[in-house]
Amino acid sequence: MDLIWLIPILPGIGAAINGLVGIRSFNRQTSGLVACAAMAAALGLSIYAFAELLGLPADARDHVVDLGYWIPPIPLQTAQGIGSFEVPWAFRLDPLSGMMILVVTGIGFLIHIYSTAYMLDEPRGGYARFFCYLNLFCFFMLILVLGSTFLTMFVGWEGVGLCSYLLIGYWYEKKSASDAGKKAFLVNRIGDWGFILGVFLVFYTFGSLDFRVVANAAASMPVEAQFGVISLICLLLFIGATGKSAQIPLYVWLPDAMEGPTPVSALIHAATMVTAGVYMVGRNAVLFGHAPIVAQVVMIVGALTAFMAATIGLVQYDIKRVLAYSTVSQLGYMFLAMGVGAYATAHGWPHIGLAAFAAGAFHLMTHAFFKALLFLGSGSVIHAMAGEQDMRRMGDLRRYMPVTYMTMMIGTLAIAGIFPLAGFFSKDEILFRAFLTNKMIWGLGVMTALMTAFYMFRLMSMTFLGKYRGAAWEHTTPAASHAAAAHGVPHPADAHAHGQANKAQHDVSHGPAHDHGSAQDAAHGHGHGPWHGPHESPQAMTLPLMVLAVGAIVAGFVSIPPALGGGAVLEHFLEPSFTAQEVGLAASEGAAAPAAEAVAATSPAEAAHEEPHISHAAELGLMAFSVMIALIGIVAAYRLYVLSPQTADGLKERYAGAHNLLYNKYYVDELYDATFVAGTKKSSVGLWGFDRRVVDGAVNGSGWLTVFLSWVSSLIDRYVVDGAVNLVGRTSEESSFVFRRVQTGLVQNYALLMLAGVCVFVSIYLLVR
Amino acid sequence: MITPTHYMLLSAALFMIGVAGVLLRRNIIVIFMSIELILNAVNINLVAFSYQLQNGIGQVFAIFVIAVAAAEAAVGLGIILAFYRNKETVNIDEMNLMRW
Repeated sequence: MDLIWLIPILPGIGAAINGLVGIRSFNRQTSGLVACAAMAAALGLSIYAFAELLGLPADARDHVVDLGYWIPPIPLQTAQGIGSFEVPWAFRLDPLSGMMILVVTGIGFLIHIYSTAYMLDEPRGGYARFFCYLNLFCFFMLILVLGSTFLTMFVGWEGVGLCSYLLIGYWYEKKSASDAGKKAFLVNRIGDWGFILGVFLVFYTFGSLDFRVVANAAASMPVEAQFGVISLICLLLFIGATGKSAQIPLYVWLPDAMEGPTPVSALIHAATMVTAGVYMVGRNAVLFGHAPIVAQVVMIVGALTAFMAATIGLVQYDIKRVLAYSTVSQLGYMFLAMGVGAYATAHGWPHIGLAAFAAGAFHLMTHAFFKALLFLGSGSVIHAMAGEQDMRRMGDLRRYMPVTYMTMMIGTLAIAGIFPLAGFFSKDEILFRAFLTNKMIWGLGVMTALMTAFYMFRLMSMTFLGKYRGAAWEHTTPAASHAAAAHGVPHPADAHAHGQANKAQHDVSHGPAHDHGSAQDAAHGHGHGPWHGPHESPQAMTLPLMVLAVGAIVAGFVSIPPALGGGAVLEHFLEPSFTAQEVGLAASEGAAAPAAEAVAATSPAEAAHEEPHISHAAELGLMAFSVMIALIGIVAAYRLYVLSPQTADGLKERYAGAHNLLYNKYYVDELYDATFVAGTKKSSVGLWGFDRRVVDGAVNGSGWLTVFLSWVSSLIDRYVVDGAVNLVGRTSEESSFVFRRVQTGLVQNYALLMLAGVCVFVSIYLLVR
Repeated sequence: MITPTHYMLLSAALFMIGVAGVLLRRNIIVIFMSIELILNAVNINLVAFSYQLQNGIGQVFAIFVIAVAAAEAAVGLGIILAFYRNKETVNIDEMNLMRW
């Protein structure tokens, strides 16, 4: 367990190897192997650490490994006098982070395996670059999860933001992809702004950034009935979470993130990145439990996001976009759970509160399984259709790719919440706690569940069932192709063929077309001839699908609720992570948590409440109700999209207004474009004008002044100084006209003058004497 | 009896004739000869007073003047010849090169 610091380091090493050496000199097998090996090692270490964690008694499952100072102590002013600002490189393993590292490394490992096959169309350097980024992504996510202080978490937090930018914009030659990368990065920055402000305020308030210290300090403070400093911290942290976890209003980047390669979508949506916000709220459960106002905000935002994203998902045609909105929707569920947990805790209902927090984390885990499965499955479909993502051009793929069909069906049933798959348990846990806390939120949750079942089954129906509506394909031999078309079986010879035939028509594609002629490329047996029709994906892709399908079936069994005779093992395991150290579950079992006492002190009316409780029979009834809701959704989708597609079209035309509103995602992107983007552009134009007029004006003005002064000085020089000189010259010149007459040049004249002079002088001499 | 006054009168007359010749004549040769008259007028004065005062220095001076006048005549005639070759005239009015 003291080696947990190696868990993030291993993918970091893998990224370094692939990034520094691999891009230049590794072939595809080597770079894939390095990346997968790094993840496998991290996964092995995670399992080992987790097993060790399980071996400890329940109240001792919290282990911190301190690797020394990152920032040595600096005295800083805080609310409680001079505090010591210090940040160690410390990693913390507790039930919550233990579960998270298993999810990140486990799902991440499967996605790595899958990518080795999916990305084979990439050129060699791009392939290594891709795996370098994937490993880096896992590295930062593991830092985020394992970090034991806010700042260590922030390192990972920023790192996954960076990696999401790199991976979404992986096909950077394509404008839409690089735009989507930038959008993800910028939207995330807005959230990060809230997060870092929250971190500053945490330090100022508590004088420490360590999660445990902060939780203990917060636990001893009263629950804030009014909006106070803890509420402000929580609100800022939640802004960060909305950015990272794609909640209203910052969810817009996630659907655009579909521009990245499909494994990236799976990695972002399932194992890493978007779960960071949920994880962070869970990590600070004690803080949120002291801020009931923000708890309500979290709850409402979560429920609204879940509902809104599900409605958008109802009408999208891009297979990946449907899944993207379903992710946003499911993340809404998780926040709903976190909000309910915080709200219940703040109202002195610790059992419901802790259970709701745990249910949120539980849903995070099960969602990781079935969402990774669905994304990888959709990747497999896109792969088979040579880059086609529009579900209107699919259909009947069940015949061509049975493994993908079966596994995706399991994932769909799991996300729809059909008993006994994973999604059923986690979603029901959330809905149950929501029912106990707030019926409105519960209602939104149930409606979302109905829509989830509907749009997921719509996706399955349009893709795998019904009639084939896609493009025709070139046949290798007329006879064989005829047979293949007639019997609807994949052609045996082209199991690995990846056609580029449709590439030009689809800008959202499965990878830029590259011509690989070298012997090394030929060695991996990856044909690149014309598209030979839909086909099952290679084993490296189906194997992770099957593993994830098994996960999607069994992941729920780790926490069967008591009503069904289970022990809710995972929830009880996770619960200590959501309490402060001194306030373990044992303490709250006894009488009431300090939080509850604080509430009792501040608002006696609240304290009079017993924890809302319903019988096991009623709980079973709720479960049956939600399964029934899911079944209604499924049947409706099946009727509309398989049995009578014309009904769906008719409905679409009848409610064209609503359809357009949903199809265009409530015009939120346009709204943001018109307000924030255009506003930013306008203000920058204004600033440019200021720069041009005022700053440049000042510079130009001083230049002009200099020119003017020098002009004046030149006038003085020309007319005063030169004038004086010229005056002297002119005077002598003018006077010479008179005096030069004397110089006749005639010697006799001179002699005569001399004589006259002599005469004059002699006369003077004689006269004056 | 011829007195020094007579000599001085003769000398003054010659001198005035020479000066008038220098100032009034236009031919440079004539001017040149007038200069010789002036010099000889001086010589008469020198010799007359040498005799009167019974002192040989005056005669020495007269001979010295004659020698200088001979040298001067040689140089002057050379200049006139050179000038004549260039200008084809000996009229002094043409010689105004020193003018402004």
